[in-house]
Amino acid sequence: MRRTTKLAAVLSTAVLALSACGGGDSDSGGDSSGGGGGDASSDIRVGVAYDVGGRGDQSFNDSAAAGLDQASEELGIEFQESEASDGESEADREERLRTFAEAGYTHIIGVGFAYSPSMAAVAPEYPEVSFAIIDDEAAVGDNIANLVFAEEQGSFLVGAAAALKSESGQIGFVGGVETPLIQKFQAGYEAGAQAVNEDIEIDVTYLTQPPDFSGFADPARGETAATGMFDDGADVVYHAAGGSGGGVFEAASQADGLAIGVDSDQYETADPAVQDVILTSMLKNVNVAVYEWLTAAAEGDTPTGTTRYDLAADGVGYSTSGGQVDDIEDQLETFKQQIVDGEIEVPTTP
Amino acid sequence: MTSLDPRLVRLLLGIAAPVLALGAAFAITSLVLVVAGDPVGEVWSTILSPPETRNVVNIVNAATVLYLSGVAVAIGFRMNLFNIGVDGQYRVAAFAAAAVAGEAWLPGVLNMVLAVLVAMLAGAIWAGIAGLLRATRGVSEVISTIMLNFIATSVVAFLLRQVAVREEGSNIVSTRPIPEGSRLPGIPFGDLPNLEIYGFVVVAALVGLGYWFVLNKTRFGFDLRATGRSAPAATASGISVKRMTVATMLLSGAIAGLVGMPLLLGSSYAYGSTFQSGLGFAGIAIALLGRNHPVGIALGALLFAFLDEQSNPLQILVGVSPDIVAITQGVVVLTVVISYEVVRRFGSRLEQRRVAAALESERSAKADAKQEASA
Repeated sequence: MRRTTKLAAVLSTAVLALSACGGGDSDSGGDSSGGGGGDASSDIRVGVAYDVGGRGDQSFNDSAAAGLDQASEELGIEFQESEASDGESEADREERLRTFAEAGYTHIIGVGFAYSPSMAAVAPEYPEVSFAIIDDEAAVGDNIANLVFAEEQGSFLVGAAAALKSESGQIGFVGGVETPLIQKFQAGYEAGAQAVNEDIEIDVTYLTQPPDFSGFADPARGETAATGMFDDGADVVYHAAGGSGGGVFEAASQADGLAIGVDSDQYETADPAVQDVILTSMLKNVNVAVYEWLTAAAEGDTPTGTTRYDLAADGVGYSTSGGQVDDIEDQLETFKQQIVDGEIEVPTTP
Repeated sequence: MTSLDPRLVRLLLGIAAPVLALGAAFAITSLVLVVAGDPVGEVWSTILSPPETRNVVNIVNAATVLYLSGVAVAIGFRMNLFNIGVDGQYRVAAFAAAAVAGEAWLPGVLNMVLAVLVAMLAGAIWAGIAGLLRATRGVSEVISTIMLNFIATSVVAFLLRQVAVREEGSNIVSTRPIPEGSRLPGIPFGDLPNLEIYGFVVVAALVGLGYWFVLNKTRFGFDLRATGRSAPAATASGISVKRMTVATMLLSGAIAGLVGMPLLLGSSYAYGSTFQSGLGFAGIAIALLGRNHPVGIALGALLFAFLDEQSNPLQILVGVSPDIVAITQGVVVLTVVISYEVVRRFGSRLEQRRVAAALESERSAKADAKQEASA
């Protein structure tokens, strides 16, 4: 009895300590944001509720943070941040939004679709507060703005780039977690590759299945998955796997293959040792969406309802840094124009 | 010796342990805050500020869920079985219940009862695998339940994709929502709308009562505790340890199956990618904290829920990461185990001295009597 108790005590303490460590590297968000921005010349106060990982995740959350920083610097907006912990309850998310509202924040941004039910519940309680949610159209209300992206359009272009650059006629896709959102990336990528080469072979792997979201933060697993594809004959691999993408770049570097980044221009942020394998990155400009929403809000005209950031609005796109797509840029631009004009309709499900 | 009533001593010792533990946890957490350069005073005043009405509701609701998890773990502990698998068991159970109730084969309340029964059955089966492995093959339940947690994650993820429905424009995958008639109404609290305590809190209280009754007042409970104290002694007195192992795991798993029910029937109405996870691990800490006692577990659950809830505004109002509360919780578990051990040793030394003194005085009294008799 007592031995079991001791073992249990040590184990459960370890679990709690580990969970604390898990979030530890990102708690700088809490510190750095303390004062908010500059001279606070604007009278809106912004609360940002991040998804798991928060500021510093080198991916989705960071992109939102970049837009926030830009708005804060240029407009002097005061802001405060808070991030989700792994496996928290619906009540925790609701409470985070309520705490912001109760503390007098006038504009609250939920970063990520996980905030959908909680925002739908909390927003009606605070009609004078403006809410925005990224990647979700299900939470609707008079004071909710839905900022969504046409990930499939950007993915179409990098898919075309992959097919144009592939010599083996075989390419790969590594998804972080098999959610409808990431399937949009896959669908666009496949459509783009097939638009270039109808017979192209596309390997698809997802690292984890929901509700296990570790696939967005597991570089080792990303590397294993991508190595398998390169060994199998693929020569370009696109990842939509957040923090796991570093492993995909590593695998590409070792296999002398190419990789495609996601969300931000990963050529700029990746380890210099693997920089030369990054063909391009599918840009999902969450920062633009956040910045534009805040700019409009600071001017006293807060948008509500759905705003779609697609190719036409430069909400998604592809990066050219590194110069590896220079020779095919004309073809990519042609595809882009066709999508913008509606000549090509990109599917959202694979 | 002192003339202190032994019962009073025991009561004082009983209070001393948790007070000592909380004091030590408070001190250690403060030390961590100082080292990290965070404002100690502000952090504590935020955490210890009286919760508002809506926070009280959240605390009671979270404690309800944690309590069930704590009881599920405690059942195993009493039998010297370490069921780390409550986490997997409640997720399998919640998914099964959500999938079945979402189909609405039965009308209204019947559907709800069915969901609860399915959850208990699914939890029991998942835990029973570990029980069977232990009984028939001697596989340590610590290992098998951890492994079953991982398997649970994959199995649920796979099955969820088979039955998932998706709301238009949403990126959340979940089971079909339970029809309105089969949802468990909450207990209104305060004057705010949408502010209700989970109706399941009643069931949780009944589970606590049942736990106390079965363990302390029935033959089965006696067998369970006896086996936990000493398996060879239990065998010698005619208890089948194997059967007890399987029965205990089934019972623990059935209660684990209830863990997700307050959430499913009271707030989310579906099992999806945002369903709360990690409740089973919190249950281990809470069972330890509560010393496997039904009331102790309730206090432990309330303490954890209180800390969790009060940590939410930390980042927003004070600018300190809420992870500090996870450290506090971990420290509380350790200090509780240590301080109980310290107090137990102190208590047994007191007891020894008291008995020795009593024997001594008895002997001298006898000797006196003998002397008198012989004189």
